Amino acid sequence: MTRFTYPMLATAFGLLLWQFLVWVTNAPHFILPDPLRVATTAISSRALIAEHALVTATEVLLGLLIGSVLGAVTAIQLAAAPRLARLVLPLLVFTQAVPVFALAPILTLWFGYGMASKIVMAVLIIYFPVTASFYDGLTRVPPALLDLASTMGARKSQVMWRIKIPHALPALASGLKLAAVYAPIGAVIGEWVGASKGLGYLMLLANGRAKIDLMFASLIALALFTVVLHKSVSLLAAKLDGPR
Amino acid sequence: MGHGVVRGVTRAPEITLTGSYGLETRPLFASTQMRLEAGQWTCLLGRSGVGKSTILRLILGLPTQGRFIGTVTADDGHPLDGRAGYMAQTDLLLPWLSVRDNVVLGARLRGERPDLDKAHAMIDRVGLGAYHDKKPAALSGGMRQRAALARTLMEDRPLVLLDEPFSALDAGTRADMQDLAAEVLRGKTVLLVTHDPAEACRLGHHIKLLSETGITSWAVPDAPPARDVDDPQTLQAQAALLAYLRGTS
Repeated sequence: MTRFTYPMLATAFGLLLWQFLVWVTNAPHFILPDPLRVATTAISSRALIAEHALVTATEVLLGLLIGSVLGAVTAIQLAAAPRLARLVLPLLVFTQAVPVFALAPILTLWFGYGMASKIVMAVLIIYFPVTASFYDGLTRVPPALLDLASTMGARKSQVMWRIKIPHALPALASGLKLAAVYAPIGAVIGEWVGASKGLGYLMLLANGRAKIDLMFASLIALALFTVVLHKSVSLLAAKLDGPR
Repeated sequence: MGHGVVRGVTRAPEITLTGSYGLETRPLFASTQMRLEAGQWTCLLGRSGVGKSTILRLILGLPTQGRFIGTVTADDGHPLDGRAGYMAQTDLLLPWLSVRDNVVLGARLRGERPDLDKAHAMIDRVGLGAYHDKKPAALSGGMRQRAALARTLMEDRPLVLLDEPFSALDAGTRADMQDLAAEVLRGKTVLLVTHDPAEACRLGHHIKLLSETGITSWAVPDAPPARDVDDPQTLQAQAALLAYLRGTS
């Protein structure tokens, strides 16, 4: 048994279930195409899918990078200034009550139909999980450790840099892993609302033309990209965790 | 932080704490005076929650939950800032740093260049010569406390406050650590907060008992510390102290 055995078994099970549903419902292929038809379309349209996937991947990666940096910097600022945190944290929570989906039309209006509005969507959707998880880690350093640092005459900046941030890296890693899954959602929502490129756009286009097999192929490409991204971020996060 | 002001003052000072302390809901200890003799070990015992660790925190200048009305002074008139070292019940080693980097943590936190040669010597002195580059996870509980002791020694403070640093160790390791600490902290003014009458009777030049009514002194055996674990007079003192603590708890 290798570490790939279970994921492959799960994939095979999923495909079988899909095929089974096609048989049982006897749905026409423009409603529910079978796996083989989708695979054939994916191969024949690979250049088209790759072209749009590249756009979405760029939006997601830039959004992930910008959102993570902004979130991490915010968390450090808030942890360094508890009064500011008391003021800002409730505001941050409040902003989470606004569904990002509802913001998409406004963002498209403000930032246009190009990549910018999708990157902003991805940034907005991951900013809070990254900030919240890293901030949690930064403020949960054992008090005794801070007492020790205080008796050593530590500088505040050094305590942040040498104790709080390393201590909070596993928490940041958790936030980044969540972000890797959320960022594609943000980008695709942005593409649905208004775009001329990207997997979200291609899915809408295929749907509108009753090319459901292409829509499924695009969807699977998006899912595969998200899985790879999540795995890559998890590997990076394992480095952040370090040998403890 | 004012560390620069007193860096040159390295003689072990005599420390006097005078005052009373209370939480919002109740007083913890009444008006009292406790003296830590210069260059000697003072062991502080008392039942849980009576305020032993609070006294230690007051001397260290760390925040406490209640209100202290009084003073903590040194006989040389200098402030205590930067002259007190601290060792807690847990080793407080940073898991992502090697033993060496943990030992020089103080210098790094002050933004100073660490003296790695001195750190090397301190690590050797506590018997961890083969573990300079190891992470804390690779060490046993006793070895981790040795590393914490090396970190305390590296700070080279004339006053050292120990908050039950050996209580989580097994009996054999604890006795070894007591001997080591007594040896390497010789000449410093030491306050050891402990629950263990045996530890107090082995290590204390002075034993103080803290209760709600204040601080009382307990007679120590004649032999100088660290006293042998099988010294009859030490065992006798330990038994008498235990009986007293049981009677008052």
